[in-house]
Amino acid sequence: MKFRALRHIFFPWLAAMLLALPARADELLMVRAERPFADAINDLQIAIQDHGYKVARIQRVDVGLASGGYATAEYRLVFFGKPEEMREIEDRYPELLPYLPLKIVIFAEGNSALALAYNPAILQGFFKIDPLQSRFQRWEKDIREILDQFAAQ
Amino acid sequence: MPLIQRLHRFIAACVVCTLGSAAPAAWATDDGAKLYAHHCAACHGSRGTGGVGVPLALPDFLAAADDNFLRKTIRLGRPGRVMPAFRQLSDAEVDTLIRYIRGWAPTGTSKAAIEKSSIKGNVERGGKLYARYCAACHGAHGEGGHGTGVTFSRPRDLPVLAPALNNPGLLAAASDATIKTTLMRGRRGTPMPSFLKLGLKEQDIDDLVVYVRAFKPETLPDPVQSMADEPPVIERASPYDMDKTVERLKEAIGAANMRLIRTESFDRTFSEDSRENKRHVVVDSCDFDFLNQALKIDPRVGLFLPCRFTLSERDGKVSVSTINPKRLSAIFNNSELNQLCDKMHKVYVDILEEATF
Repeated sequence: MKFRALRHIFFPWLAAMLLALPARADELLMVRAERPFADAINDLQIAIQDHGYKVARIQRVDVGLASGGYATAEYRLVFFGKPEEMREIEDRYPELLPYLPLKIVIFAEGNSALALAYNPAILQGFFKIDPLQSRFQRWEKDIREILDQFAAQ
Repeated sequence: MPLIQRLHRFIAACVVCTLGSAAPAAWATDDGAKLYAHHCAACHGSRGTGGVGVPLALPDFLAAADDNFLRKTIRLGRPGRVMPAFRQLSDAEVDTLIRYIRGWAPTGTSKAAIEKSSIKGNVERGGKLYARYCAACHGAHGEGGHGTGVTFSRPRDLPVLAPALNNPGLLAAASDATIKTTLMRGRRGTPMPSFLKLGLKEQDIDDLVVYVRAFKPETLPDPVQSMADEPPVIERASPYDMDKTVERLKEAIGAANMRLIRTESFDRTFSEDSRENKRHVVVDSCDFDFLNQALKIDPRVGLFLPCRFTLSERDGKVSVSTINPKRLSAIFNNSELNQLCDKMHKVYVDILEEATF
C-alpha cells in the first residue's frame, strides 16, 4: 500500500519537479564528425575561418598529457576570435577576458572526432553586459554553424 | 471505359495512395535523422552505438524501453549524470526522435508496451538479491558507475556505464515493466546479464523491481542547486604592480605543483602579430595529474583549459582573475565533475591569495 502510494503520487511529482528545473541541453554545444581526427581538426579550422574568425592557437593537450606519462587519444583546444572584437572587449570589458578568446575542444573517439564549445549565450547570464548581448547571440549563431559545418563535411 | 484505361487509373490510384501513406513516414525518418544528428549523435554515436552516452541501438534496450520511458528520459534527462534535459524540443520532435531510435530495432521486434500497473514483491528479499547481484556494478545505494563512456574513462569493450538506479530522472521515467524487462532480458552487448539466465525466478525479479523502485531518489546534485549561483570568475585585487604580481603568481603556481606553460599579453592569445598591450597579461598553467583524473570523470573538461590566470591593470590597480570552475561546471550536468571543480576552485583561490597577499 505504501509503495503504491509512492508510485502514484511521488513519481509524477518528481517528474513535474524535474521539468521545472532550468533547461540545460543548449548550454553546451557538441557534435560528432565521422572521420579520423587528423581530417577533422583540419576541417574544424576551415569551418572557423569560413565564418570570418582567425584561429589563434591550437593547444595540444594530448602532448602535455603524454609527456607526463598519461595515455591519451588526440585532444586539442582551438582558440579563435576576430582580433578587432577581442581588442574592443579587452579595452572595454576586461572582466570577460578569462572566458576569451573563444575556443572549441576537439578530441578523438575511435575513428570519429567530437567537438564541443560552451554556448556563448551563457556569457550574458554570467556577466549581464547589455551592450554585448547581440554579440553573444552572434557568437552563438556562428559557433553553431561552425560545428554544423564541421559535423557535415 | 476500356479495361486498359481502368487498369491505368487503378495503378495511378494505388501509386497516389502508396505515396500518400509512405511520404510522411519517409519525412519523419528524415526529420528524425536530422534531429538525432543534431541533439543525440555526439554522445550516443551516429548509429546509436554509444560514446559519452549509453548505446541505444541495442535490441534488448529497445525491447525494454517503452515510448513513455524514452519520452521522459529525453524530457527530464538524468540530473547530475551528463544526460541533459531536452526541454526545448517540441512534443512532435520528441515523438519523431523516438520513432527514429525505434528504427534500430531488429525487424519483427515488437515495441515495448506502456505498462502502468505496478509489480508486487518483497522489498526486503529484493534488497538481499540486490546486494548479491546488482550492487557491484550499480553501487550499494544505486548510485551507478563512475565517469562517462568514452576512451578517456574506460576501455571501449565496456560500451555502457552502469546506470545510477537512484537517479530521479531514471526513477521518474522507468515503469516497473521497464525495469522488469531489463532484468529478465539483460542487455546483450553490455555487461548487464539476463537474470533469468543467472537462475533467478520471476518472483525474485519482481522482488528486485520493488526494491529498486523503493530507492530514495538521489538528492538533486549540485549543478541544479548551488553551482548556478556561483560568480563566473574568481578575482583578487593585487597590492603590487603588474610585473611584481606576475612574478608572485608564477611562484604561487609552482608552489601548487602546477606546470607553468606560458606568460604573454592577452592580445597575443588571439593574434601573433598583435600589439603588445601589457595591461592585460595571461599566465597559463596545468596540473596534468589533476587533468588526467578529470578526463576520466568527463572527457569534455577541455572547456576548463588551460588553467589560465588573467592579470588586468586599470587606473594603476592590478587584479588577477580566473574562470570559476564551479560556475562553469553547472553546464556539464555531472555531479562527479562538480566535486573536482570544487577542489580546483580551492586551488585557484589559494594561488590568487598567495600571489596577492
